[in-house]
Amino acid sequence: MTNGLKLRWNYGKWKDTFNMKDVLRIAAIGSVDDGKSTLIGRLLYETKSLPADKVEDLIRASKRRGFESPDFSLLTDGLVAEREQGITIDVAHVYFQTPHRKFIVADTPGHEQYTRNMVTGASSSSAALILVDARNGSLLQTYRHFFISHILDLSTIVVCVNKMDLVGYRETPFRTITDELSSFAVRLGFPKAKLIFIPLSASLGDNITTPSRNISWYTGKPLLEILETIPISAERNTLPFRFQVQHVLRSKLPAFHDYRGYAGKISSGTICVGDTVTVLPAQYTSVVTGIDVAGKRVESAQAGESISLQLSMEVDLGRGDMLVKENNMPTIARSVEARLCWLTDRPAKLRSRYVLQHGVRRIRARLDRVKSVIHPESLEEANTSETLAMNDIGDVTLTAAQEVFYDPFARNKANGAFILIDEVTNDTAAVGVFIS
Amino acid sequence: MEYLKELEYEAIYVIREVAAQFENAAILFSGGKDSITIAHLARKAFFPASIPFPLVHVDTGHNFPEVMEFRDAFANELDARLVVGSVQEAIDSGDLMEQKGKYASRNMLQTPALLKTIERFGFDACIGGGRRDEEKSRAKERFFSVRNDFGQWDVKRQRPELFDMLNGKIHKGENIRAFPISNWTELDVWNYIKQEQLALPSLYYSHMRPTFERDGLIWPVSDFVRLVPGEIVRPRRVRFRTVGDMSCSAAMESGASNIDEILYEIENAQTSERGARIDDKWSEAAMELRKVEGYF
Ligand SMILES: Nc1nc2c(ncn2[C@@H]2O[C@H](COP(=O)(O)OP(=O)(O)OP(=O)(O)O)[C@@H](O)[C@H]2O)c(=O)[nH]1
Repeated sequence: MTNGLKLRWNYGKWKDTFNMKDVLRIAAIGSVDDGKSTLIGRLLYETKSLPADKVEDLIRASKRRGFESPDFSLLTDGLVAEREQGITIDVAHVYFQTPHRKFIVADTPGHEQYTRNMVTGASSSSAALILVDARNGSLLQTYRHFFISHILDLSTIVVCVNKMDLVGYRETPFRTITDELSSFAVRLGFPKAKLIFIPLSASLGDNITTPSRNISWYTGKPLLEILETIPISAERNTLPFRFQVQHVLRSKLPAFHDYRGYAGKISSGTICVGDTVTVLPAQYTSVVTGIDVAGKRVESAQAGESISLQLSMEVDLGRGDMLVKENNMPTIARSVEARLCWLTDRPAKLRSRYVLQHGVRRIRARLDRVKSVIHPESLEEANTSETLAMNDIGDVTLTAAQEVFYDPFARNKANGAFILIDEVTNDTAAVGVFIS
Repeated sequence: MEYLKELEYEAIYVIREVAAQFENAAILFSGGKDSITIAHLARKAFFPASIPFPLVHVDTGHNFPEVMEFRDAFANELDARLVVGSVQEAIDSGDLMEQKGKYASRNMLQTPALLKTIERFGFDACIGGGRRDEEKSRAKERFFSVRNDFGQWDVKRQRPELFDMLNGKIHKGENIRAFPISNWTELDVWNYIKQEQLALPSLYYSHMRPTFERDGLIWPVSDFVRLVPGEIVRPRRVRFRTVGDMSCSAAMESGASNIDEILYEIENAQTSERGARIDDKWSEAAMELRKVEGYF
């Protein structure tokens, strides 16, 4: 019962600390059985994010499967098939918070067959935990996930060398993995400063929230502290203004008789009332006369905000059209170079047509060239392929039916990625990033 | 950016995508806090235009009367069209059969009634208030979740969802369930309700009500649940944390009579939000099995 306690609790103060916390989106990735689900379950448990009834459910479900101690992977392996097979099939998103930060964690599958679901989890994250089994070292799937994280430009990668209990908490296996993946990072061009290594045991709880006495040779921080201090970048505001029209709003209310609002989410940059904008593809200019953010009148808006804009001229502007600022245009081209991750079991075929969805804009595109398929471990490029099979990563040339207004992904994530949709199955066949 | 704002912008973006990608979409409206939040976000997403979707409610005939009243007043105020799919009608016409016994509930009948309503009105997308933190199979949901022409969810073949690009392309007969508040937790929803000063049905707040105990849960007394010998009716001060049917929502003892007290209570809760959902306790995979069949 809450009566009596309420006096000591102050909503205003609570709300300030609650809302002012920043949020880190992380994906747990790595090869099959390396302990992703177990680690996330352990994090939930150690941060006291699990209410008593969920802990009871967990213990009950673990006993039913013949485990004496709780099997933490059952917390996120929520599907019947996953529990039967003891593997993760699809991404689970879980939420927890500490006094410092809020976390949205994607538990992704390690199985090669379900790489598309790993890509799903990683694309919405800004940092990754790569799990590696200390006994086995880095496997092909470890490298593939690392490579994909790099392509998707995750800002920080924490390599969790797991199951240290099974190698007697010795330093040698940890060093081997550190060396393997450090040199891989160099070959990839992944910055060393954004790569962190930590030895731990997810199932026994070593180095999760407090330094483990079993691993005294490790002098770094425990995992939770690392997660609480990973920098979160806010650079999207300082990039050039990019805004795609999602939907055109017209009102029947008498007070808004001539209202025409261009609704959308700002991809990058900022906009103020009075700014001159250029409309793409038409290339004429107009002036912003009003901005509504979530139904409220404002003077300016920034990246990530869902807004609706009004312009000075009655212009012909529809879904997928883009507003930019004159002195800061994106690349405009019909033929584009991109790196693709192929995600579906119907292989890519040269000269096939796909729907290219860039943000909310859809246009037809043809796959003109597969320049190379890149091996995820050796990073060697094979140049003879005419196709991309499921899970292949390759560089291609696409020709679109209309001009695409994009930025290279390396310069502007929010305007630099796209998906290809297979028109026969309607499936999302690939994710791509514009290269140049 | 403030965390709640980030969630709000994300939800508005998804709701606008539904309006742009589909011809005949609807909001699934139960009268609970999550669907009220969705409707409010939709109002913001299209302001000053009106919400381009009807509200769809699947009426099991076993609803809390407070919720029904609230539903009608809410739709009226929003100036939205209300579409009601009726389980009672489907039972009367012989399409569905009432369950029997102590645990009889119309919860399982809700899914076929929902699917019939979707078919009858030809909805190609339904917006739901499902959240990933509610339940372990919901944790697996996408923003756009494809249902086949039997309304079923194929969990092994979900489309990848990359960055914020939503692929709502479907074949005839298929439809999409869209979940704009996927990333909100229970606490986020209450915090938002507080911030936006949203009205809720009274049963979310502490009140006295005749109840009885069954299987360690506090059940509300209603015409729809038969007491068995030994079960004693007693008035208790309670509130409901989630609102479904009267036959599947258990109450919790609580003195929390305003949002601040509820926020405090949730922050310090020893049980999870759906811990008092009788329909989740049927088996370990109760929710997934219902979802596979077309529940949202
Ligand atoms: N001894 C030991 N066992 C562990 C540790 N971490 C995980 N395990 C065990 O390793 C097995 C696989 O763990 P999961 O967490 O399911 O692995 P996963 O990486 O999520 O697997 P997928 O998602 O299917 O790729 C389980 O039996 C765990 O109990 C650890 O630190 N020590």
